[in-house]
Amino acid sequence: MEHRRIETPKIGVFICHCGINIGGVIKVPEVVQYAKKLPNVVYAEENLYTCSSEGLSKIKEGIQEHHLDRVIVASCTPRTHESLFRATCTEVGLNKYLFEMANIRDQCSWVHMKDPEAATEKAKDLVRMAVAKASLLHPQEETEIDVIPSALVVGGGIAGITTALCLANQGFSVYIVEKEAKMGGMLRYLHKLYPTMRNASEVLNQLVNEAKASKNIEILTSSVVKEVKGFIGNFEVAIQKGDEKTVNFEVGTIIVATGATDFEPVGMYGYKKFDNVITQLQLEQLLKKGRLQNLKRVVMIQCVGSRQEGRSYCSRICCMTALKNSKLIRESYPDANIHIFYRDLQTYGQEYEKYYREVQEKGVKFIKYLPEKPPEVSLGENGKLNVNVYHSLINKQIEISADLVVLSTPLIQHEDAKELSQKLKVPLGPSGFFLEAHVKLRPVDFATDGVFVCGSAHWPADVGESISQAYGAASRASIPMSLKRLHTEALNALVDEEICSGCGLCELTCPFAAIRIEETKKGRKAKVIAASCKGCGACGAGCPQMAISMQHFTDEQLLAQIAALAEVKS
Amino acid sequence: MKFNPKILGFLCNWCSYAGADLAGISRIQYPPNLRIIRVMCTGRIDPVLPLEALANGADGVIIMGCHPGDCHYMTGNYEAERKIKMLKKLIAPLGLAERLHVEWVSASEGARFAEVVENFTNQIKVLGPSPLRQEKLDLSKWEGIQAAKEAVEDFRLRALVARERKIIEEGNVYGEEISQEEFDRKMDDALTAEYIRNRIYLILEKEPTSIKQLSKRLNLSSKHVLDHVVLLRRRGLVTVDKIEDMTPIYSVLKR
Repeated sequence: MEHRRIETPKIGVFICHCGINIGGVIKVPEVVQYAKKLPNVVYAEENLYTCSSEGLSKIKEGIQEHHLDRVIVASCTPRTHESLFRATCTEVGLNKYLFEMANIRDQCSWVHMKDPEAATEKAKDLVRMAVAKASLLHPQEETEIDVIPSALVVGGGIAGITTALCLANQGFSVYIVEKEAKMGGMLRYLHKLYPTMRNASEVLNQLVNEAKASKNIEILTSSVVKEVKGFIGNFEVAIQKGDEKTVNFEVGTIIVATGATDFEPVGMYGYKKFDNVITQLQLEQLLKKGRLQNLKRVVMIQCVGSRQEGRSYCSRICCMTALKNSKLIRESYPDANIHIFYRDLQTYGQEYEKYYREVQEKGVKFIKYLPEKPPEVSLGENGKLNVNVYHSLINKQIEISADLVVLSTPLIQHEDAKELSQKLKVPLGPSGFFLEAHVKLRPVDFATDGVFVCGSAHWPADVGESISQAYGAASRASIPMSLKRLHTEALNALVDEEICSGCGLCELTCPFAAIRIEETKKGRKAKVIAASCKGCGACGAGCPQMAISMQHFTDEQLLAQIAALAEVKS
Repeated sequence: MKFNPKILGFLCNWCSYAGADLAGISRIQYPPNLRIIRVMCTGRIDPVLPLEALANGADGVIIMGCHPGDCHYMTGNYEAERKIKMLKKLIAPLGLAERLHVEWVSASEGARFAEVVENFTNQIKVLGPSPLRQEKLDLSKWEGIQAAKEAVEDFRLRALVARERKIIEEGNVYGEEISQEEFDRKMDDALTAEYIRNRIYLILEKEPTSIKQLSKRLNLSSKHVLDHVVLLRRRGLVTVDKIEDMTPIYSVLKR
């Protein structure tokens, strides 16, 4: 155990407004003034965005001008931003283990928005606790590990296949695990793709064939992820292939490309009650098989089951899908009368906006309905469907008869996604989709190192977007695999041989066989195997002699944080 | 004055700390009383740490980690669970057991995280301020928590709790299988004994005292206290300071 005496630390505290995310709730200037008075703090300032290039320069200047030897940023969460700030410290020669964060956004301003006073007090406490820990931080040296140059791609749809091909073409070996018997995911059910109007099967078959032909790709269909152990660079994966026995292999990175499924609008707008009420996905099938005949009047209803309580998000792809399918119907049946009932049309981007104009010019009619006065579908006397709707632009209730009512339903997360999220230890967001590490800065990364996401698993995405994300995820995953070696965090257990009695309980406790008793000149002593130690700390917490300390999370540091909390007057 | 509880949380980096972040990303509002200390794994939580937090006047201490089976380090949360179970028993006589709580919250359970914090905060509000708060310190409870801390720093309890899984799954060194119930009974006895011995030691450390006085202060029979003092003497921790009126007065030898 290291008991290096530190000279009086010089701590700098940088407190972030995060625009209004923190500054709109917490009184940042007050926290800055407070921080300045804390022991060992020699410098404190506020930044509009500490993570911006300007903010990072401020940290570097602070270190150089005020000779800071400890840096604290009070902002968001270390899970997304610690690596960035640590890298900034390293740039100007400060060991990255001398950096500490106080989470005053995700765990403070965002969750106490209605109580600025309490949030400000809490922010002060969190800063004080961070200062207490920072004073006791030690510089650490990291060890290197090898990265296995292969990847696991979960999901064999357009995103999964694309990302797998990207990696395989760079020379990495890739396993694609697809739970269905066939590759292709959602694209297998689609007809033509907007805006190019190419056949989905054409696009898909080409990619599937490429993947099958690639010597670097191994495809496992009817397979699911059973278990994942390990860390970036060295994941141990167990795959359950049907009823056969499990397949085990090791990979360096994992990409989640499990896609999404469509929402079935049971009980809405006469779905499953009237034969002629179908979903857009069912319409795709009918169009693909050419089963639609004699279409005269079609009504499409948008936002069915989305943008409402319980499923508040916009599924993004449904507006363009409705436009595309109307266009296809008009091309086959130029006389067909098509109405699209919408709430807001999302046809973002140059191509899609142009597409929308074209469909308008083809004579498709658009009626804006209000969520509080949704359309009603009933069966008329002639066997036709009647759709009643309040036309919000002409302020009038109207009735339109229809041969076919098509419901645009959102993409939703698969039921088994939760299980996968737990196995991979990555989160799902409030809408059930996989949640990236940071919406802007790390859009295809998870906070867990070495695990990435692309396609509709992350959020409803169309084919173009899924492919872009798949490229992104492949590119991100290729970084550690190209580097071949990675630094592991210096979070190992350290044994104080003077105190160790060689009882061996640590050996018993360690789940990684990373500590064992060896004969030394001083007798039986515990030895840590640095490469195997993951730094969980279970050995230390269980050591009868309290002879084991954890790097960067020492008892001293944790006790200082606890003691700092006690100083609060309330 | 309105009671504003001071609650300390030890959260594991992989599940619960991420769940807490997710509550933020989802803008789920919850009471502002919790202060979080991030650890890599709940398995790292030395039993001394929650006690130290209580001794420092925290009104509540909550430990949150991955759900059983989900631990990033495989078994850390089981280690934590056993230690917290032991701690709750240890501090139950001080009326502090309800101030210590353990919950499993995953990285995807932002809403549940907020709910857990809200429920625990409400529970603490009902319990009222901790008797260990500096401004209204209950001295006997303070002595009690010090004794509890000493007990969990001592190798006897630490070794017992560290061996629990092994003993139950594989039997003791003599190959005898021991059931969970039997182990719990032994653990309870050990906890009570170590706690009392440490209280005796701490009292004697302050001033040399007789068995009779000790038994009065600890509200235990003289026979009971004597047994413990004899054992402490055998461990070389306590000695006879002097004899007054035929009564031995005991004092401590430094540990």
